[in-house]
Amino acid sequence: MKINKQSNVYTIIYIIVLVVVVGAALAFTSISLRERQQANAAADKMSQILASIDIHPSADSIAAAYSTYVTGSFAVDSRGNRIEGVDAFDVDVTAQSKLPVEQRILPVYQCRLADGAVKYVLPMSGTGLWGPIWGYISVDADGTTVYGAYFAHQGETPGLGAEIEKPRFSAQFTGKKLFDSGDIFVPIAVVKGGSDTVANPHAVDGISGGTITSKGVGAMIDNCLTPYSLFLKSL
Amino acid sequence: MAEKISNKSVLFNPFSKDNPVLVQILGICSVLAVTVKLEPAIVMGLSVIAVLAFSNVIISLIRTTIPTNIRIIVQLVVVAGLVVMVSQFLEAYAYAVSKQLSVFISLIITNCILMGRLEAFAMANRPWPSFLDGVGNGIGYSIILVIVAFFRELLGSGTLLGYQVVPDAAYEAGYVNNGLMILPPMALIVVACIIWVHRSFNKDLQDK
Repeated sequence: MKINKQSNVYTIIYIIVLVVVVGAALAFTSISLRERQQANAAADKMSQILASIDIHPSADSIAAAYSTYVTGSFAVDSRGNRIEGVDAFDVDVTAQSKLPVEQRILPVYQCRLADGAVKYVLPMSGTGLWGPIWGYISVDADGTTVYGAYFAHQGETPGLGAEIEKPRFSAQFTGKKLFDSGDIFVPIAVVKGGSDTVANPHAVDGISGGTITSKGVGAMIDNCLTPYSLFLKSL
Repeated sequence: MAEKISNKSVLFNPFSKDNPVLVQILGICSVLAVTVKLEPAIVMGLSVIAVLAFSNVIISLIRTTIPTNIRIIVQLVVVAGLVVMVSQFLEAYAYAVSKQLSVFISLIITNCILMGRLEAFAMANRPWPSFLDGVGNGIGYSIILVIVAFFRELLGSGTLLGYQVVPDAAYEAGYVNNGLMILPPMALIVVACIIWVHRSFNKDLQDK
């Protein structure tokens, strides 16, 4: 019997079989590659955390460098108390940054450098002009002096907003203070006009032509670091 | 097909005489997007070659069974499936590049070269010539991608594949990277320059 290839029944059966076959192939690919993908994503996150304390391991030695320098991770709440039973590495910082301050789970990565100095790395997440921006900022053991920072973005304008990922921008954060002389928390501001930012311990120079991205970085620092103020004060 | 085309010309014509980007002006959007640096451009080229070759073969194998009224849907399902697989493989084995390419791998689905080759060639030809056609068109596309990325990375960042090639002495003497090369419009202008050079060597492609 000759099958009528233009009939509705044939068409419907054909597309169902096709979709099931393609779906099965995709499911198989996804399951068999998931472990490697998750390992890659974790290694990428580790290298970003290490970048904020100015350590840049090669691609093969990220996990080894991470276990050498990062001595522990924990989560705190906005009152500075530790939250038990939370794996800080798996906390979704983007989702947390949208919650009210009191409800947030705030991850902290404790690092020890080769010279024995202890640093705390705090994650940040916000929005730039075109999409998400995120970063890590490392703070000295005194809880106020910034040791280093790392910023990344998904799709900011090359040459303008995208400059936030360059060391020329992030290096400005080194040595800035998170508390003023009266022990009040001051988030580091990203401002226009660079003349006074070198002397000002609470501001860095924004990027010319990248105003919205610069403002996004400022807002991200304010939103994501202010909840840590009581924790930092307790250090 | 009325005229018989040799396998050799099926494979090699898309390199120059029938180049998908230069002559058919297809797939321009991704040329603009992924050619800032050479490395993602090469990975993108390889991905397109793989997707194009395999989707051509698969469609060619099942071409006699496809109901005519849903043939575009069938082609899309096959292409989409292959593209997701390629993107998963890159995420697993070339994470840094897959992060740079981000959505553009997924956007291979909408690359007009794919639908063009499936409709025009694979639906009417046997699997082996279809495979060659896919590889040929993929390479034709990749050549342009690599040429554009070469100039954009060299002039825009002073590097090639991430290695510094413009000597520091040149920067000290006042040389500045051309920031315009990094922005999308320059990709269009570079492609136009390539088309110009290509046409001036191929007189039969010129409009009368």
